[in-house]
Amino acid sequence: MEKSTVFNNRLLPYLLLFPQLVVIIVFFYWPASQAVWQSFLREDAFGLVSEFVGFENYQALFAQPEYYRSMLTTAIFSSLVATLSLSIALLFATQADKNLKAAGAYKTLMIWPYAVAPAVAGVLWFFMFQPSLGMLARPLRGMGVDWNPLLNSTHAMILVVMASVWKQISYNFLFFLAGLQSIPRSVIEAGAIDGAGPMRRFWTIVFPLLSPTTFFLLVVNVVYVFFDTFGIIDAVTGGGPAGSTTTMVYKVYADGRLGGDLGGSAAQSVVLMVIVIALTAIQFRYVERKVQY
Amino acid sequence: MAIRQFGVATALTVALGLATPAHAVTEIQWWHAMTGGNNDIVNRLAEEFNASQPDYKVVPSYKGSYPDTMNAGIAAFRAGNAPHIMQVFEVGTATMMSATGAIKPVYQLMKDAGEPFDPNAYLPTITGYYSTSKGEMLSFPFNSSSMVMWINKDELKKAGVAEIPKTWPEVFDAARKLKAAGHDTCGFSNAWASWAHIEQFSAWHNLPIGSKANGLDGFDTELKFNSPIHVKHLQNLVDLQKDKTYSYGGRGSANEARFASGECAIFLTSSGYYATAKSTAKFDFTSALMPYYPDAPGAPQNSIIGGASLWVMGGKKPEEYKGVAKFFAFLSDTGRQAKLHQESGYLPITKAAYEKTKADGFYAKNPIPETPLKGLTNKPPTENSRGLRFGNMVQMRDLWAEEIEAALDGKKTAKEALDAAVARGNAMLRTFEKTAK
Repeated sequence: MEKSTVFNNRLLPYLLLFPQLVVIIVFFYWPASQAVWQSFLREDAFGLVSEFVGFENYQALFAQPEYYRSMLTTAIFSSLVATLSLSIALLFATQADKNLKAAGAYKTLMIWPYAVAPAVAGVLWFFMFQPSLGMLARPLRGMGVDWNPLLNSTHAMILVVMASVWKQISYNFLFFLAGLQSIPRSVIEAGAIDGAGPMRRFWTIVFPLLSPTTFFLLVVNVVYVFFDTFGIIDAVTGGGPAGSTTTMVYKVYADGRLGGDLGGSAAQSVVLMVIVIALTAIQFRYVERKVQY
Repeated sequence: MAIRQFGVATALTVALGLATPAHAVTEIQWWHAMTGGNNDIVNRLAEEFNASQPDYKVVPSYKGSYPDTMNAGIAAFRAGNAPHIMQVFEVGTATMMSATGAIKPVYQLMKDAGEPFDPNAYLPTITGYYSTSKGEMLSFPFNSSSMVMWINKDELKKAGVAEIPKTWPEVFDAARKLKAAGHDTCGFSNAWASWAHIEQFSAWHNLPIGSKANGLDGFDTELKFNSPIHVKHLQNLVDLQKDKTYSYGGRGSANEARFASGECAIFLTSSGYYATAKSTAKFDFTSALMPYYPDAPGAPQNSIIGGASLWVMGGKKPEEYKGVAKFFAFLSDTGRQAKLHQESGYLPITKAAYEKTKADGFYAKNPIPETPLKGLTNKPPTENSRGLRFGNMVQMRDLWAEEIEAALDGKKTAKEALDAAVARGNAMLRTFEKTAK
């Protein structure tokens, strides 16, 4: 049952909402509306000439086979990153939640990578796995693996997925750990007394009680893979080889910044925005039902 | 706390204010993309210029890679605070040229400032790239380079390759021998995939990259680099890639380190790699002209330039433009140009600097900096080898590389890949044509 408060003054609730609304309008609705407007324009890179072209940018976009391919790439990339970063983080969190010596040190070490900027994380992984010079690529080659992310699209995808997952695990770990620590010990102990083994206790007690955290992280992670990973992709593969790691957000960047095609790039951001809004809505509509608060 | 900081800040400001000379110094912002040894050269040039006169101060700032620098400049222009001088790589030329109003043409700048300026003093193979069809110089060539083939002489000797290979079949043979001699991960390689295998390759074989003299004569140009010779070359690379006789080196220059590390003994990249090679390669190396196919009519033709030029941004004060003009005159000085050329491996931009370097007997002792000049002046340029000017070229290069990668990875045949590169490139050119009108 939700609590409701009754305000006597009609103006007060709006006044209290005002700062929040200003922030949302200035930092979200205003840029978003700009992107929508720009997607109907054709501009040169310097913004000297600007012409209203209606839906021409969208037509050109949906006529590109590469665009559909970037959608597929995005689907593969985001499901891999979201699944892996959530499950690995959950595994680590459950381990760190046990009574360990130096648990504090483990936890700190786990949280550290979150402080690394995406581009730096990208460069780090790029160097470790650079085919001929990377300190991890050489042993790989020594073992007979023909490691070559410069040409092999599967290798390139593995590399960007690893870098993106590594970057996100800390964040997920932090929330999972907090979630785990808020589960009352008594419930778990009761389960143990009733004869439930550790696996059973985890799946029937801990995991359901953790579901609000998991749901929150799912939403955040989807937004992360859709919007925040382009720095990593830019640094590691530049969208290559042969466009195999060009996700939708990287294409927005490539067409807008490298190509100077601001209208086409804006049209792509609008499409991307619609997709993410739809995904979030679906998550709230269907997945949230399974969440037990 | 806040008040105390304010106090310190005020004191500092006053102190600095007192330290400043009585007359105002006009600052000139110079955004560039030079790293390593070349970054030091940029800073030294600025220092020397600032020390040479009291009125102007050139302030160089490193803004990232070539595309980053260009984007930073464009974004700054849109926000109303562009730098005075912006270094733009040669593929950004069409974009800058079409931005009338955003830029101040160099010939105009020099005329307005009354600085001595003779367009004929500069090497035409270089300035042709940055001039209108009427010969008006739009930007100031700074670091020009061309593509050469870097050779690890020690390793070639070990592998039993007596002569430096001249043709592509000879390169393939040498690479096979190198591979047999232990270079099992790389027979030969290159940096800048599109620049090497499409742009330079076409000019060197007197084949058009696109119609309208590779776009120099108009934005309504169409790409043409899917000819049988182009297809044959890419097919050869695809075949050799399978057993690492050829090892793809990526779109940029990151892989140049594989030459210095000794892994790849034959490596095609910019002549501007000289400064880095000198300091990192621990073996006897040299540079040679790019290889060619002997059965291609007219090959080798001449190579084309790469590198970057300095663009002057529009909407600045006349006083500031005067400083920029003085700086360009300073850069054109023969002694300075000759020295820059000899140290960096970039080309001298004036005829006098080239002559001086020759007359000093520099090339007899150091043949490497002359290789790109030999390539550029191998034959009088044709429609196919004067240069190139395509809109959206920054991104188009990536697109071409994408298709080369698709062929090398076996996803497409060489013919399919080049056809796709041409078709997708043409679509981009048409978009650019609409905005550049």
